[in-house]
Amino acid sequence: MTFSPELETRFAKLLQSYPPGRQRSAVVPMLLYGQDEIGSVTQELVEEVAHRCGVTPLQVDEVIGYYSMLHRKPLGKYHVQVCTNIACQAVGAEELWEHACERLQLGNKQVSPDGLISLEEVECMGACSWAPAIQINYDFHHKVTPERFDNLIQALQDGTYSRRAS
Amino acid sequence: MRYNETSPLEQMIISYRFDLPNSASIDTYLANDGYIAIKKVLELTPEAIIEELKVSSLRGRGGAGFPTGMKWSFVPRNTGKPSYIICNSDESEPATCKDRLLMENDPHQLIEGMMIAGWTVKAVKGYIFIRGEYRYLIDIVDRAIAEAYERGYLGKNILGSGWDFDLYTHTGAGAYECGEETALLESLEGKRGVPRLKPPFPAVAGAFQSPTILNNCETFSAVPWIFRNSGAAFAALGTPKNGGTRLMCVSGHVNKPGVYELPMGFNMLRLINEVAGGVRNGKKLKAVIPGGSSAPVLKADECDIPYDFDGVAKMKSMAGSGGLVVLDEDTDIVAVALRTIKFYAHESCGWCIPCREGTTWLKKILSRFHDGLGQQSDIDLIAELANNMLGRTFCALGDAAAMPTAAFVAKFRDEFEAYLKKSRVTQPSPELVAV
Repeated sequence: MTFSPELETRFAKLLQSYPPGRQRSAVVPMLLYGQDEIGSVTQELVEEVAHRCGVTPLQVDEVIGYYSMLHRKPLGKYHVQVCTNIACQAVGAEELWEHACERLQLGNKQVSPDGLISLEEVECMGACSWAPAIQINYDFHHKVTPERFDNLIQALQDGTYSRRAS
Repeated sequence: MRYNETSPLEQMIISYRFDLPNSASIDTYLANDGYIAIKKVLELTPEAIIEELKVSSLRGRGGAGFPTGMKWSFVPRNTGKPSYIICNSDESEPATCKDRLLMENDPHQLIEGMMIAGWTVKAVKGYIFIRGEYRYLIDIVDRAIAEAYERGYLGKNILGSGWDFDLYTHTGAGAYECGEETALLESLEGKRGVPRLKPPFPAVAGAFQSPTILNNCETFSAVPWIFRNSGAAFAALGTPKNGGTRLMCVSGHVNKPGVYELPMGFNMLRLINEVAGGVRNGKKLKAVIPGGSSAPVLKADECDIPYDFDGVAKMKSMAGSGGLVVLDEDTDIVAVALRTIKFYAHESCGWCIPCREGTTWLKKILSRFHDGLGQQSDIDLIAELANNMLGRTFCALGDAAAMPTAAFVAKFRDEFEAYLKKSRVTQPSPELVAV
């Protein structure tokens, strides 16, 4: 299995980051970075990571279910994550979540039929003082109102979304 | 960048570079007191470094508030094994968003703090464990690490000391539990983040079963200031046994939610009313969750206290990770209790049965309570269940779920009773069913 040159560089660096004989440490980062490039944790990726880290595919397989950011099925091109934990809840995140489901016609962890957008209700993402917060892929968006949410979704659908506008 | 305005009441000793242009770059850092502390420290013995830290009364900013100097003193030296420095930047405690700012705006301060720890125990490598959701911070910290290598602050023979130290970032992949130190170490080793039985503590057998200093991001970030100035000066900023300042994350129903750096022991009511602009919409204060969602809730009349580890502990709660959720008079406490336990049920790793089953059971009871299907006996059942989880698990997640739940019921029992009155129960109560 081959990856982009950037990812290959990253993997090579990762495998050198840990003490000799401890390459298993690279398993979780490689799965996450790999997933970001190919869309999901496929069996092929599992076997490749196992091979490169010198562990069995089973040892890779067993960590996948533990980490909530690792997915065996592809997410949408844009993964919209709405936090509803207590700090966000206090300032309207549950209403925002319901609005999001309604607007996108999606439930938790569902992907739109065209594969463009997936939706997930997530736990605290570390934006508590600027709540309610959402993440689109890795971009934070703070103080999101239903109107701002709609604008962001519109931008995703129109292809005019630009990164890191928190 | 900052995401909220600063307050004139702030006392910035670790966040003062946040507003400088290119604050994350090594040039900005070097022009503003950067890498001065490590040069001083390279002249000191481990004993002297640890003594200075003890004098500073710096306590762990991750949640437990353990004295940092003492923690470093537990790490055995000259064991023949390599030692490691681990930074916990997994920041997942609900209501906490300070490590994000420290890494985004001042990554070199963190690197220097870790270097000081590294020199103390002559560590060979360090890892900054950053939660997976903070991908942009991994890029920022990686860039800072690369800069530090270029200028000779990391790598071989650092500043001519003969000491080699390598530093790396390591990404998490979405797990609250990995903020627990031993679970973090398991995750770092490429396994499921299941906590280890202690002892042995990480100081003795931590990363890769070797001696390890493991601290929170904010703890390491405070270290350079201490060695640039002095432990005594740091201690003097705070209250006895609670040295220095703290990044306090205020969220919820206030006019100016934000992260503010204030001296330890700053009055909590003043923090809410003067720094964070008071409860919004002219409402009255009902309660405060004072130290992340694991901290038992405080009622409004319990909030006139010094905000430090001991001040909050006196009220049988904890300052924890420094995240305060302010709740106004209209807040539905049952809904907050339910959302809190949903979180812990989701995040329990399942290793210890009291936590795995207890959090799920509590979630079920609170869910039906919230849906108007509660019964009188449920109120005591919640409290009893929570109390039976306390102290019966490997790590603190079980306690972290039980403590706030028990406190919500104990302090706001009237609200739970009120829910019963509007209850829509149609089936007989379990006590009435013949078995």
